[in-house]
Amino acid sequence: MVIRVKLFAAMSELAGSDCVEIELPDGASVAELRRQLAGQWPLIRSLLSRSAIAINHDFADHERILQSTDEVAVIPPVSGG
Amino acid sequence: MFHLTREAIDYATLTEAVRSPRCGAVVLFLGTVRDLTGEQVTVFLDYEAYAPMAEKKLAEIEAEVRRRWPVGEVALVHRLGRLAVGEVSVAVAVSCPHRREAFAACQFAIDTLKQLVPIWKRENAPDGRGEWVHQSVSADVACSPAQEQP
Repeated sequence: MVIRVKLFAAMSELAGSDCVEIELPDGASVAELRRQLAGQWPLIRSLLSRSAIAINHDFADHERILQSTDEVAVIPPVSGG
Repeated sequence: MFHLTREAIDYATLTEAVRSPRCGAVVLFLGTVRDLTGEQVTVFLDYEAYAPMAEKKLAEIEAEVRRRWPVGEVALVHRLGRLAVGEVSVAVAVSCPHRREAFAACQFAIDTLKQLVPIWKRENAPDGRGEWVHQSVSADVACSPAQEQP
């Protein structure tokens, strides 16, 4: 399945885009998504390790299984306020 | 009530909106753009949000504040876009029957907002350089749902 991943702030600057597409096997977890992102976009690796993953507007843990219809985003450390 | 806005935050109107006859205390918190972070001079900030998720998290914070304290009304507003030094970036207004709970509810709301809501600021220096602020918090902290925050 192809997952579109939204990127924000320094994450989108490092990747050069506010959205990337990634091919994952069906049943892939958030942990697998992280490995693939880090592998394909080495520049984001360091910030990714300090970032959370959101699925459908909620924070997701490493074991969460992705669906092709999920809205997925990388959430780097927030700095609102 | 909560919202994201690209307009200046009218905190006087917001404060008036949370007042209630059964509440003897109103607490307003304003976050404003500071000119110095350490020795680094800031001339303006740019705020960006993952808007649908930010709105969902603001709704969860509002619900949690109402669950924990006898709130009359609570309002959370965050500004987005470019802000000059001194402008208001965030406002939290809370009314409660008594001051102790109003202070506690307001502090919880702003602390949780700063911890969980996907909004980012970019600090822009006088020489034109800008840098997104991503302080080192662990992903575990960011993953904690609002209900588990102290």
